[in-house]
Order: sequence, then structure tokens, then C-alpha cells
Amino acid sequence: MFSSRSGFWPALPALILLLVFFLFPVVRMLGFSVEAGTLDWYAKALGEGLYLRVLWNTFEIALLVTLFCLLLGYPLGFLMATTTPFWATMGFIFVLLPLWTSVLVRTYAWMVLLGRNGVFNRMLMEAGITSDPIPLLHNFTGVLIGMVHVLLPYMVLPIYGAVRKVDPAIPAAAAGLGASNWRIFWRVWMPLTLNGVFAGCVLVFVLSLGFYITPALLGGGRVIMIAVLIEQQVREALNWPFAAALSAVLLAATFAVYTLAQRFTQPETAR
Amino acid sequence: MRSLHASRLLLIGFCALVYFFLMLPLLVVFPISLSSAPYMQFPPPGFSWQWYERYLDDPQWIDSTWRSLYIGGATAILALALGVPLAFSLVRGRFFGRIVVDRAALAPIIVPHIIFAVAVYGLFAKLKLIGTWYGLVIGHTVLALPFVVLVITAGLRDFDRSLEQAAEGLGASRWQTLRKITLPLLRPSLVSAGLLAFISSFDEVVVALFLAGANMTLPKKMFDNIMMEIDPTIASVSVIQILLVSVVLVLIGRFGRGLKDSAR
Repeated sequence: MFSSRSGFWPALPALILLLVFFLFPVVRMLGFSVEAGTLDWYAKALGEGLYLRVLWNTFEIALLVTLFCLLLGYPLGFLMATTTPFWATMGFIFVLLPLWTSVLVRTYAWMVLLGRNGVFNRMLMEAGITSDPIPLLHNFTGVLIGMVHVLLPYMVLPIYGAVRKVDPAIPAAAAGLGASNWRIFWRVWMPLTLNGVFAGCVLVFVLSLGFYITPALLGGGRVIMIAVLIEQQVREALNWPFAAALSAVLLAATFAVYTLAQRFTQPETAR
Repeated sequence: MRSLHASRLLLIGFCALVYFFLMLPLLVVFPISLSSAPYMQFPPPGFSWQWYERYLDDPQWIDSTWRSLYIGGATAILALALGVPLAFSLVRGRFFGRIVVDRAALAPIIVPHIIFAVAVYGLFAKLKLIGTWYGLVIGHTVLALPFVVLVITAGLRDFDRSLEQAAEGLGASRWQTLRKITLPLLRPSLVSAGLLAFISSFDEVVVALFLAGANMTLPKKMFDNIMMEIDPTIASVSVIQILLVSVVLVLIGRFGRGLKDSAR
């Protein structure tokens, strides 16, 4: 059933929904940015120091979040893929449980942990390591910790998948030929799992670029990322054309990363 | 694997720390929700149900919880009704522009949520749909559609089509085959897709922030509360939300197609 040319029609209702309530509003909103017939709002977004700083902040945070997720996520994905089925299942539960816990809940918990009178500062002060609370919240560090926590599962899952695909005979052969663990890791595991690493990095980086909730709550108005700026422009400044220009910049960056990623992975996926 | 021992232990130790980091927020939220202290304090000085009572006694919290539940339910139904036929088209159709349809179906997860939220807010403000439950259902359905399509297309790709051919060979009509063979065989995927769509709506904050207006959903009410004060009521609401989502995940594990399988 649903073969040949008739196969298109079942897709139609969903496509109409996407057209009317997704494509149309997004294009309509982006159109506001050039309403005046000039590119002034883009010049403002990409030229004024204040906003350039926000873009740079966003980029820097996304890059660091990706890096930390990779450093924490690779060992995790690797262990889950190479351990016994029981521990793999346990590992999955502990990765998926936070993934399915509302971002709000997790962000709230980090506020409790990192605040001035939060758990960490209390512990540090009681241990005599510091006499004054260390600012961990409403700054760069707080946003970074919260975002790494939220996005880590997106790094772990593709890496897990990539490690699972490697034939265990290959690293075993390398070991049999006398290669050290270090060498086996860099010469066998790394190249063979690069696709998963790449997929995870792209996913985490792109999700970080457009992230709103965690920077809005943990940044406390001091660490402004582009998504937060867009929200402020719409709801507080009521400046739709500028919000639209910022959205176009964010969207272009997102697409650019995806396109680059696809170009890089093409030979592998074409297998 | 001779000399693997030391490095393996190191790996396990490192991963234990990462797992601790992953679980840390949950480890904090549970005790705080049961704290007897009148304000945020950790570790809690004693045990009490006061924050759960406060949640249950507050009609605003209860209202927003119900609203989130039925918006989630309606989103799941609508997303399935639209997404399942779309998935059939993508897997079994051979029409011009299939790739475009495929990309379009996944676009809502690629475009950052804030952009979609702002865009749809602009449109719905014009259409006077802000604050209506069905406005939110439409917004959430757009976001849930890719999940449904991913899960159902995965299910359809593993589908044994000879069973359908056998039914048709034995004289079943197309409709009979769909109802008696195809959909029952696809049920695990359908259950997973529906529940995922439900969770994606139930948890959704950004679109709700813009579209909900005065009619709060649970995440929007939580967001506003967190913005204004760190009140332990949030902890009890968090625990309730975690439990609800866990129930849904157990249901997926029991009746649905494993999440692992649909992770592509």
C-alpha cells in the first residue's frame, strides 16, 4: 500500500501544518528585519560593540560547552559501549534520566547548588577553603556548568553508537601486535569513532547557540546569549525588526554549521 | 586485553564522577522537596510534606498542571494523526520532492526554539490566539512532529512487508490490512511516538513562555517562580514532574519500542 505516486497525499495534512504554522510565521518574522528596505538592523546586530559582544559570548559559550561535553562524554559513551549489558543498561538509565528531567528542574537545582548561600559555597566555607562565597551563579561559570549538564546526553548517545559499531577484533588485534593502550586509543578507537564524535559535537554546538532557558535563569541578566537578547528585544523593547535580524543571524549560523557538518560526513554516510 | 586493567579502572573512576555530576541536581531536588525548613536550606534540617501540601493547596499550581496534561494529550493525538501518515509517505512513497518533505518534517528540531517561539508569537498575536489552549497545542504539535516522524519511520523501515502482502493475497482490502495487520504490528512505535510527543509538550517552556499568556502551563509557572524566588515549592513540583515523566518512560519501556532502537 501507499506505493507509487499516490504516496504523497498522506503527507499533505502535516505539510500544511508546517507551512502555515512553521514556515510562514518564521519567514514573516524574518521579513521584519528588512521591512525598511535597508540592512540597518543587520548592521546594528553585527556592528555595534554591545551586540557584537553578545554574539561573541554566544559563540564562546557554545564552543566551551561543546568541548566540555566531549571531554566528559567520550569516556562515558566509550564505557557504556564496552561494558557488560547490565552496566550498559544502568549507564543508559543514568544518562536518560537527566535527559528526560525538565531543563527547568535541572536549572533550578543548579541555582540551589551554585548560589551565594548554595550548597557548594556552604561546603567550601565550612571546610575553610574560602571565607567569602565564590560567585558561581549569574556569571559565565554558572551558565557553562548548567549548559554542559543539560547537553551532555546529546554528546554521549552518538559516541556510544559509534563505539558500538567498531568491530572489537580491531583493537584486540592492535593489542595483540603490541600496541599500548594509549596508541590503540589514538590510532584505532579515535579514527573509527570520529563520526560519532563529530555528530555529537555538531548537535551540542548547534543546540548551545540557540539555547534560552539555562542562560536566562543562570546568567541572571549578566551573561547575555543571543536567544536571551532576541527574547528581550521582542518582549521588553518591542523591537521586532531588530529581533528579526538577530534571529536571521542565529538561523544562518545554525544552518552554516549543519551544512558544514554534512559536507564533512558525506563520504561516510554515502557508504 | 592484558594491560587494560589500570586504564580501565581509571576510565571507570572518571565516569563515576561524570555520573555523579549528571545525577547531582536530582540528588539535591529530592531532599529539598521534603525539607522542614521555612526557606531554602541544604541539607534540610528535618522532614516534612509542607512543600507538597503547598503545591496541592494552590489552585494556580493545580490549574497549570491540568492545563499541561491536556495540552500534552491533545498534542500527542494531533502529532500522531499528522505524523504517522507523513512517516508512511516518507518510507513507502516514491514521489518527486520526497527529500524536501523529509527535511521539512525535521526542520522544527533544527531551527532554534526561540526563533520559532518568537515567530509564532507574532502570528498568534495577530490571530488573537495568545492564551488559548489550542494555540499552544498547535505550537507544540509543530515541535513534536519530528519526534513522531523519526520514531515511526524507524519502525516502518524494520517492518516485514510480506505480512501485508500475505493479507492482501488472502483477499483483505487495503483498509482491512491497515487496520488488522499494519497498525497492530506498528503499535510499539505508535506508543513510543505518542508518549514522546506528550513529554515534549509537557516539558516545553520556550514556546509556552510566549503563547500561554495568563493561562499558565506547568513549565511556564515554574519558570516564572524560579525567576522571582527560589522557593522550595519548586522542588516539590520538580519531583512531581520527574515522577510523571518517569511513569511515561516506564510505559514506553513496557509497551513501546525501546528508545535505544529509535535513536537511529
